[in-house]
Amino acid sequence: MEIGLSHYLVVAAILFTLGVFGIFLNRRNVIIILMSIELILLSVNINLVAFSVFLNDLVGQVFAMFILTVAAAEAAIGLAILVVYFRNRGSIAVEDINMMKG
Amino acid sequence: MVAMPDLLPALPELFLACAGMLLLMIGVFRGEGSLRLVSWLAVGALLVTGVLLVLGPTERTVTFSGLFVSDSFAVFAKLLVLTATALTIILSQRYLETEQLARFEYPVLLVFATLGMMGMISANDLIALYVGLELQSLSLYVIAAFKRDFAKSSEAGLKYFVLGALSSGMLLYGASLVYGFAGTTNFDALAALFAAGETPAVGVIVGMVFVAAGLAFKISAVPFHMWTPDVYEGAPTSVTAFFAVAPKIAAITLFIRVLVDPFGDLLAQWQQVIWFCAVASMILGSLAAIQQSNIKRLMAYSSIGHIGYALVGLAAGTEAGVRGVLIYMAIYLAMNVGTFAIILSMRVQGRMVEEIRDLSGLSKSHPMMALAMAIFMWSMAGVPPAAGFFGKFYVFMAAVDAGLIVLAVIGVITSVVSCYYYLRIIKVMYFDDLTEPLERPSRAASLVIAGTALFTFPVFFIFSNAILTGAATAAASLFQ
Repeated sequence: MEIGLSHYLVVAAILFTLGVFGIFLNRRNVIIILMSIELILLSVNINLVAFSVFLNDLVGQVFAMFILTVAAAEAAIGLAILVVYFRNRGSIAVEDINMMKG
Repeated sequence: MVAMPDLLPALPELFLACAGMLLLMIGVFRGEGSLRLVSWLAVGALLVTGVLLVLGPTERTVTFSGLFVSDSFAVFAKLLVLTATALTIILSQRYLETEQLARFEYPVLLVFATLGMMGMISANDLIALYVGLELQSLSLYVIAAFKRDFAKSSEAGLKYFVLGALSSGMLLYGASLVYGFAGTTNFDALAALFAAGETPAVGVIVGMVFVAAGLAFKISAVPFHMWTPDVYEGAPTSVTAFFAVAPKIAAITLFIRVLVDPFGDLLAQWQQVIWFCAVASMILGSLAAIQQSNIKRLMAYSSIGHIGYALVGLAAGTEAGVRGVLIYMAIYLAMNVGTFAIILSMRVQGRMVEEIRDLSGLSKSHPMMALAMAIFMWSMAGVPPAAGFFGKFYVFMAAVDAGLIVLAVIGVITSVVSCYYYLRIIKVMYFDDLTEPLERPSRAASLVIAGTALFTFPVFFIFSNAILTGAATAAASLFQ
């Protein structure tokens, strides 16, 4: 079977959906939210690289490199905020993030 | 060998980037107690950047292989952002010192966030948009959690981070779809593609909606507003003052550029989305604020409402609409900076207070401050002849001219409803009994309060021409 563009897009769409659901349905741990965010960014990268190959255009791969770099910085800042939060509250359970009611 | 790009249009950004790194070095080598020095140097750097902006090229220039654009629209928005940041840094100093937050990283992070905003405003490509947006967001996540020993502040930082990262992810997913189905990320190329009259692929439309959703998160338009009240309440007050103004201006300008420049010919596709966001934001902003007792939360809902009014101008999709949004944001800047200068002065016996009832009897203890607050509240409610009325007037007129009469009517009704909670603050200040008098505001805060109050009324009323023509030129440069 030939693996075409649509296969890549479907995989990326599934990963993106999993990431979004991981953020909203998960009730246990903030680390899982961070992993879901990474999943979303990686699905975007799959999209971009697949498009880049099928369009025969390098811009998509350049974009993917930028996303990889920023994702690393984002994860570092996210974990740092998480550590600060843990020191204050002694817990990283999602249910406990409720000091302010929206 | 790649040719050297033309650096001149990006000179203000290059200067600010170097200044930011230099400030960081100064802070590191001087160590503790360098907040005051670094803050004033940061204000100086922002001033120089503003001067470079004004002296720079005014006609539309594109550089860095089409990634970066400089036009009068960008210059106008950048001047607003620079003013907002500089005023926030000046206002923050005393707050940071009394709250044991006097660390030099604060002004440096604000400078880097401002650099990101300038990058966003000048973005002419989806890649440049993303990089600018992230430079801004990453700095903002850190300063939201700046009061790191307090659970509320770190919780605000965490919430802002998670929802901000989600919105960036949605924006990126949309950008990847636009790239894939249109074959380019450059705004000019996209605009040329859609102007040719070709029916856009469904993927492009879906991608555009995702990008719009990501940007709606950043301006906290309903239905993507849920982070705003919590982050505004939890973050240190000086940070909230910054969040309420500069990032909002930058994000809404970016929103305008993305929808009008590359996707301008798809007006029929995005107008409904913006229409819905504007109506929902105006209604939520006016109703949800009524029951708030914390003034920072109240300001959060108020800013959601103001974004709704600004989106009314964008929904029109015309040059007059964009001009209206720019005027609205300039007035919004003055009103919000002034109000937050008062909130930052709300101290009783050495501790910060942030409930609305703490303002009771302000007219007896601080008559001038109460008068200034009353002017801001009249202006936010949109009562003539305060400046806020003109902001609303121009966006509603643009909406009526574009045939969106229902939208304008809903806007007028919601601004009448929102009068209730703005006027309640005036009532608390003037008619409730004084319980504990507030401390004297710092000299910097008094100057900022006086300046912004005078701008809101009567300076804007008399000298509105300069701002009106500036906004008109800026809007015209976008529609060339």
